Amino acid sequence: MSHRWWQRQLPKLVLSPSFALVLFFVYGFIVYTGYLSFTDSRMFPSNELVGFANYEKLFALRHWKISITNLGIFGGLYIGICLVLGLMLAIFLDQKIRGEGVLRPIYLYPMALSFIVTGTAWKWFLDPGIGVEQIVQSWGYTDFEFRWIKDRTMAIYCIVIAGVWQTSGFVMAMFLAGLRGIDGEIMKAARIDGASSVQLYRRIIIPMLRPIFLSAFVVLAHMAIKSYDLVIALTNGGPGRATELPATFMYSYTFTRNQMGIGATSAMVMLMTIAAIIVPYLYSELKGSKKS
Amino acid sequence: MKIRALALALGVASSGAVSAAGEVEVLHWWTSGGEAAALNVLKDDLSSKGVSWADMPVAGGGGESAMTVLRARVTSNNAPTAAQMLGFDILDWGEQGAAADLNAVAAKEGWDAVVPAALQNFAKHDGKWISAPVNVHSTNWVWANKAIFDELGLSAPINFDELVATLEAIKKAGYTPLAHGGQAWQEATIFDSVVLATGGVGFYRKALVDLDADALGGDTMKTVFDRMAILRSYVDDNFSGRDWNLASAMVIEKKAGMQIMGDWAKGEFLNAGQKPGDDFMCFRFPGTSGAVTFNSDQFMMFKVGSDRRDAQNQLASSIMTPSFQSAFNVVKGSVPARTDVSDADFDACGKKGMRDLASANANNTLLGSLAHGHAAPASVKNAMYDVITAHFNGEYSSADAVSELVAAVDAAK
Repeated sequence: MSHRWWQRQLPKLVLSPSFALVLFFVYGFIVYTGYLSFTDSRMFPSNELVGFANYEKLFALRHWKISITNLGIFGGLYIGICLVLGLMLAIFLDQKIRGEGVLRPIYLYPMALSFIVTGTAWKWFLDPGIGVEQIVQSWGYTDFEFRWIKDRTMAIYCIVIAGVWQTSGFVMAMFLAGLRGIDGEIMKAARIDGASSVQLYRRIIIPMLRPIFLSAFVVLAHMAIKSYDLVIALTNGGPGRATELPATFMYSYTFTRNQMGIGATSAMVMLMTIAAIIVPYLYSELKGSKKS
Repeated sequence: MKIRALALALGVASSGAVSAAGEVEVLHWWTSGGEAAALNVLKDDLSSKGVSWADMPVAGGGGESAMTVLRARVTSNNAPTAAQMLGFDILDWGEQGAAADLNAVAAKEGWDAVVPAALQNFAKHDGKWISAPVNVHSTNWVWANKAIFDELGLSAPINFDELVATLEAIKKAGYTPLAHGGQAWQEATIFDSVVLATGGVGFYRKALVDLDADALGGDTMKTVFDRMAILRSYVDDNFSGRDWNLASAMVIEKKAGMQIMGDWAKGEFLNAGQKPGDDFMCFRFPGTSGAVTFNSDQFMMFKVGSDRRDAQNQLASSIMTPSFQSAFNVVKGSVPARTDVSDADFDACGKKGMRDLASANANNTLLGSLAHGHAAPASVKNAMYDVITAHFNGEYSSADAVSELVAAVDAAK
């Protein structure tokens, strides 16, 4: 009997340390950050409760509005372009071409770099003094201009470029896996019914990739919301404060501006935003897996 | 094992009579050429007294990343012996009760009588010395390339209009008139000087130290922003994100006419083998002579166990000796944090800096620099940075910048 009991308890016992650690270090600190967002903490955590004052202050801050707007621009374009580009690359690679084994890792490779490396490399490419502009000018096109990274209205698009370069290969891999999972019989049947290639993709294959779109969207969305290192390496929030994102806002208010209360508040707002995307997704996933 | 014991014995023998032997761990952000060279003076001084130095450099000009590291260390009960620190940060740490008490050393060596009063405000908390000031930097300096000035027949301007005329002449000659790096603190450094030149000492105190809403939102402040915009028009277009020492290099290499920067820039000029008066010129920002906006690098001492206290006191005492203050500041470009140090070893710019500091101390025109955390606490300082840098990058008109400044300061207070 005791043997049986052990067998039943063993998995729980083995998992419990990591469960306890996650409970404390992830969820415990989320709760603590939530608590700090209701206090007047500045340089160090404080226990003086101030209600929703930090939330009111946060949404009155111009700096925060810039961050949110930038996140809208960056997130929208980053997710959109990555999805479109990833799908296109996947479809092209799926044409049973020669050398696919060589091409696939080339597209996938940027994902292996950290955002810091990507950001620094693109900072140099985009710098008018040493990058693309300088090179094209040295080829003789002296009135060529490409100085987005120094322009406060365009700099945010530089971050989109670097982000898309980094991640679209990964999205391609997801779509490629999806395409490979589609039953070849369906395509043959469509061909026999006289569907053109365009129709085949538009009406049959892309709709069948719906779950992949959803997964890719969730992955990209949370990467966009938490992106910090890319901005720090590429523009460091500049020119001026033109490319601040919520993540860089959170860091600077918490750690360098001695306004930990407002920093914690912005972290909570980011958490809620991510939760708003992830929770419905998890819910639908779990419901789906129960059905099957 | 035997070898180690032998080495130990030798070590003890060689340090001989020195009783205060020990180790100090010092966190700092002096990593650029001139700065690292200046720090070596302190390291050598301590090692001659048998105190070894555990270096803990965290790069990054304004020390922002260093402060983050420091906070992690102190929160985990593993404070370094001392940390380089500026202005209000020192007082904040004092408030947290993390600071050591240096009063015994200070009383023995008479720090109260020789350190300028404006500086003591940042080195003492609650009547206790918690920090040893290493230097006084002043931020209202202009560094200019002498060759360009001679070539165009220019001399040091004495008011803002002359400054603009000088910049215009340099521009016409095909040089970049003003070397500048587009980082918030560098723009704020210029802002310090422009506020002082435009409104004078009283206005500077009222607006940037007392944070008086009328002064922050008035017409004088609008003029300040107008002038910032004028200066922006003499900066090259590739400025954003450039580090300050690269901007100094532009002046050194005769690509740019001048740089508005604190006196740490001098270290870069000296490191490049240039001589003050011959290769480069130093003058106060036009319209600010007689007053000094300062920031002071200090080594704040943390509470440490009794085994490390002797070495800590030794460090504090070494920092404050006139010979070290002179040797260190000759290299660093700043001036000593005590007024009784001989200026014999200093170059022309250093001598002028020491004279200016002494007279500003006597006339009560020694002002804490906003850009470097000696006028207002970090939250207010950064709120002002936001507005200054946004305006400098063309996001606001001067009128909008003034109203934004009032709102930002109000929100951060």
